[in-house]
Amino acid sequence: MSNGIFGGKGRILGVAILVLLFLFPLFLPRFYIYLLSIILLTGLLATSLNFPLGYGGIFQFHHAVFYGVGAYAAALMITKSGLSPWIGFVAGPFAAAFVSLVMGLICIRLSRLYFGMLQISLGSLIWIIVYRWYSFTGGDNGIHGIPLPDVISSSKNAYYFTLIVTLLSLWVLYKIIHSPFGSALQGTRDNPVRSAMIGINVRLHQLVALIIAGFFAGVAGSLFIVVDTTVFPDMLFWTLSLEVLIMCLLGGWFTFLGPMLGAAIIIILRTFISGFTDYWTLPLGLLMMSVIFFLPNGILGYIQEKLYWSPAEHADLVEDDMVQQTAKES
Amino acid sequence: MDLFTAIFSPKLMSQILVGLSRTVILFIVASGLSLILGVLRIPNIWHGSLYMVGAFMTFTISGAFGGGSMGFWMALILAPISVALVSLIAERSFFQHLYEREHLMLLLLTFAFSLVFGDLVKMVWGLEYKSVPVPRVFQGSVHLFGGLPFPIYNVFLLAIGPVVAIALWIIVNKTKIGKISRAAAVDREMVGAVGINVSWVFAFVFMIGCLLAGLGGALVAPTVNVSLGMDHTLIMEAFLIVIIGGLGNVWGALVGALIFGLAQSLGILIWPQFGIVFPYAAVIIVLLLRPTGLLKSTW
Repeated sequence: MSNGIFGGKGRILGVAILVLLFLFPLFLPRFYIYLLSIILLTGLLATSLNFPLGYGGIFQFHHAVFYGVGAYAAALMITKSGLSPWIGFVAGPFAAAFVSLVMGLICIRLSRLYFGMLQISLGSLIWIIVYRWYSFTGGDNGIHGIPLPDVISSSKNAYYFTLIVTLLSLWVLYKIIHSPFGSALQGTRDNPVRSAMIGINVRLHQLVALIIAGFFAGVAGSLFIVVDTTVFPDMLFWTLSLEVLIMCLLGGWFTFLGPMLGAAIIIILRTFISGFTDYWTLPLGLLMMSVIFFLPNGILGYIQEKLYWSPAEHADLVEDDMVQQTAKES
Repeated sequence: MDLFTAIFSPKLMSQILVGLSRTVILFIVASGLSLILGVLRIPNIWHGSLYMVGAFMTFTISGAFGGGSMGFWMALILAPISVALVSLIAERSFFQHLYEREHLMLLLLTFAFSLVFGDLVKMVWGLEYKSVPVPRVFQGSVHLFGGLPFPIYNVFLLAIGPVVAIALWIIVNKTKIGKISRAAAVDREMVGAVGINVSWVFAFVFMIGCLLAGLGGALVAPTVNVSLGMDHTLIMEAFLIVIIGGLGNVWGALVGALIFGLAQSLGILIWPQFGIVFPYAAVIIVLLLRPTGLLKSTW
């Protein structure tokens, strides 16, 4: 089930999409290449959120902070230090991972909802500092015209760079999820008490998951600079975090590629709806409500349910439900 | 003597009063949020939008009554009531079907509502700032503490804070429905089993909570530019207040609002550029010392 839609029957579809992704720049106009790059990196951001959220069961409410910190760290490295931009691009994800470690250490001992709330408060603090510190971060103007290395300065090359980095990151995330560590993490999600009893250090697993998620959010932040050459404080505002959560939910949180699909749908919708009206949050909100009411497992989750339904997995799900119910009752 | 004058310096005292009037608004909004969190377990992001709607309603209603004192008083009564009615409709048609779902789903549903209402407010009231005139009774300022002016409207705010707090205490502790809702917060099924219609109790609590959001919006309207986006910062502040006070504890909301409001106003005095950082830092310190909030949480 966790193989995603590209397991088994879907493999041909997966290869076709991959080939198309590599061929798109040959015939698509520049705007669509830009759009595709944004979809890819936002999809990476959403996938990195889905890792602690869907697989770890951690209420990562303020994920955008790591995205913004990664982007700002890279941008500041490039514009202030005079070192090669490549060092900046590498520094971004590590800065994000470091912030994630610090915030994780502070928040991890709290229960789920408190965790999310403390994370939002710490994140808002970082947002305010970025927003107000004009002399260093450029305040609400952000930083514009960040110089890029020549290799990736054209939009086509930036797209290929984004595509390759995104695919690599997705592959690494996939491997992590399907490693013993990933299985243990899912164990801590489903039953923390039982996991602790069989000797899994629950807090440590969650913390590592948070650091990994922060790192890949930072990668997405660095990629945003490659594609757009700007950073601005809205990248770490809490509304963006919730939008990314919406992407995860729309695509399906317990699926690997669901968040990517959700990001693609939402960004395409936004681009085309804002073409003819100023009202974008209204349709987004309505879409969100219908997903919550009619597709609580997301689009990919629904497709998987229909395509790969098998009695064995169903038995598994029933058991999950029972575990959750007993957890509720106790 | 030096210390005395330093502590009771007019500037500091008037800044504290400004902080306290901010506290009143924060308390009114956060207590509604806390009530909903405590009884219904909904992390209601929509609350901020209702606050904004309350402020815009105040603008429209006070304009409809000619913009004078009469208009303000009518708005102060009618704006919260209309917000409460909107929330009741939303609760009956949407929220009540989702109480068994995860917090995350409820959070996202309320966020969806706030997205929809953000655009609805834009459609109805447009993009421009709106300003609501201060009623004639409260125009001007009094001179306290060595002559620093303090707006009379803020004195009115300081007076209304305790009134709301006492009214809320009476509703929660002394009325039958308040007692039922406190019981429902602890064990919903048991309350249902003794023959009480829990669903409508929840609707009532939700409505009261949202009424408080509308009241906060109506009260704040004459002191600020009523604008789009005023929900975004406020809802975050209200959530943090509820968290540091203890989830679902209405008195916690009071304590949290005091900490938040005073840290904000005194922070500006200490370091003008980063004054806004202080309340967030205070929240972090409180949560590091007491991870589940200062007062007992109902969760």
